[in-house]
Amino acid sequence: MITPSIAADAKPWRARTETPFVRVTNLTKKFGEVAAVDDISLDIYKGELFCLLGGSGCGKSTLLRMLAGFETPTSGQILIDGQDMANVAANQRPTNMMFQSYALFPHMTVEKNVIYGLLREGVPKVEAQDRVADMLRLVKLDGFAKRKPHQLSGGQQQRVALARSLIKQPKLLLLDEPLGALDKKLREETQFELIKIQEDLGVTFIVVTHDQEEAMTLSTRIGVMDAGKIEQVGEPREIYETPNSKYVADFIGSVNVFDAKVEIAAPDMMRVNADIGPILTEPMSGLTANQTVHVAVRPERIHLSRDKVEADNSMAGVVQEVAYLGNISVYHVVLENGHQIKVSAANSLHDDNPITWDENVFVSWSAAANRVLTR
Amino acid sequence: MKIRFLPIAALLGFIFLYGPILSLIIYSFNESKLVTVWGGFSTKWYGELFRNEQIMGAALLSLKIAAISATVATVLGTMMSMVLVRFGKVRARGLLSGMITAPLVMPEVITGLSLLLLFVAMETMFGWPAGRGLTTILIAHITFCMAFVTVVVQSRLVDMDNSIEEAALDLGASPLRVFFDITLPMIAPALIAGWLLAFTLSLDDLVVASFVSGPGASTLPMVIFSKVKLGVSPDINALASLIILVVSVGIVAAALILQRKPKT
Repeated sequence: MITPSIAADAKPWRARTETPFVRVTNLTKKFGEVAAVDDISLDIYKGELFCLLGGSGCGKSTLLRMLAGFETPTSGQILIDGQDMANVAANQRPTNMMFQSYALFPHMTVEKNVIYGLLREGVPKVEAQDRVADMLRLVKLDGFAKRKPHQLSGGQQQRVALARSLIKQPKLLLLDEPLGALDKKLREETQFELIKIQEDLGVTFIVVTHDQEEAMTLSTRIGVMDAGKIEQVGEPREIYETPNSKYVADFIGSVNVFDAKVEIAAPDMMRVNADIGPILTEPMSGLTANQTVHVAVRPERIHLSRDKVEADNSMAGVVQEVAYLGNISVYHVVLENGHQIKVSAANSLHDDNPITWDENVFVSWSAAANRVLTR
Repeated sequence: MKIRFLPIAALLGFIFLYGPILSLIIYSFNESKLVTVWGGFSTKWYGELFRNEQIMGAALLSLKIAAISATVATVLGTMMSMVLVRFGKVRARGLLSGMITAPLVMPEVITGLSLLLLFVAMETMFGWPAGRGLTTILIAHITFCMAFVTVVVQSRLVDMDNSIEEAALDLGASPLRVFFDITLPMIAPALIAGWLLAFTLSLDDLVVASFVSGPGASTLPMVIFSKVKLGVSPDINALASLIILVVSVGIVAAALILQRKPKT
């Protein structure tokens, strides 16, 4: 059997036998009285492409800057490859960073930008030039070596920044919104290039982003952050299918969240009283009757039909809005009790009579589609 | 008929500003010895000027003072602006900023007087600076030029993206290397502009220099001022025209350099 060489296949975080490559323990950073990063502990394994995902001001960039050494932690510890980073200055760390603004040196050519790190390391000039040429080929910028940054397009500048941060073959590459300044189409293309480069070089990537789609596409695992804390860490599928809080469910993708109270919490069946009516869910341990919970259900897990279907949960309503998005359509259905529910369905080519505005419909979904959240 | 008020106002304003300077330049080419009577075109007063040893000596002294004080003020002003902009936890940054810019609006008489008192006190206490002359003028000029340089460099530093320096640090450069490799080239236009500004300010200062100067160290503006007191002579017109030329070249160059957008 061939051992998988990259973390995306090996999934070392599942077994937890491997020593984490980056270990963050009880890390806190306070600016004045405000904790930008609040007691975070996190393990990241070698070869991972880990995304820190969160809204602006959630502390994700501060965490990244502490890893790079630009911010000093108020308390806590950072270990990279087993080495404590507490007394290691930014210019001595085995990390390199790609900045959101790219931070290219405006007065230097592309080649000078990329070679800068190697010369600081004391690599002989001839060897350094060869490595720069190879790197520029990797990011498809051969032929641009003598240009100045302002003579390049946004996408080209982004690749210069990537080349410059990769040239020293860092053990850990930190990327701050690496694709944020690109337009949507270029961003999608670049995402896959980034993954390919990461897998080819085997470098561990930590990417900060506020774009959940980008995080889902890129990462082996995602850490969802809010208000200086990590809400949940998991593989993209895990985060999407089994969010552990209302915040995560809401942040990733589209979701219906209902406030509810547990009615029956038996080992073989569970029912909650939600604001839209009683909902049947899969049994879940650790819940007691009358406990306040949230029920989350993804719009694509709900079935929309003209006729009543046999299902664990089924309710009647009227279509109020239809948004056609090409591959799918999103329906807003107003239930008989006045509550609204989002449903999405794939559009098929042969549907001559699609459900449309003001139609009386039934929404139905299985107990397994529900996710009961206690916070 | 609609009266075009704005163009007329602008025209009057410019005449008001530049009329005297223009007439000064025109009369510097006057043949006649009488300043107020036009006697035909001539450049003889320029020749006269270059043969006047007192004026040439003063001009050389002024240029020397301007060059040295501009250079020192640029170094000190750059350091000051780095402190004000770069260092994270400078307490009372606003107060410091205000204090560094205060000399810009301080009446020159007060600057001159306070420096004179300081120099006298220092001489009695430590015996330095001994007497007043070149050294005291230099110190005085560096003092007020530094404020101008600080303001110019500061505005450039504020505009600069911090992460560019962080990127160099991240790639393994020491903080000192970052300054010389990255920061300095990027703020170079502001340094040159600041230097030119300081140079022209020093060249043209009369009040402060009069306070802190001593026997044997008369700058060009001081010489002109003392000569004018005895009556205006045509060679002074020629000299003034040359000073206007030097100063305006300096100011225009500084403005052009500052205007050039930083390429990012």
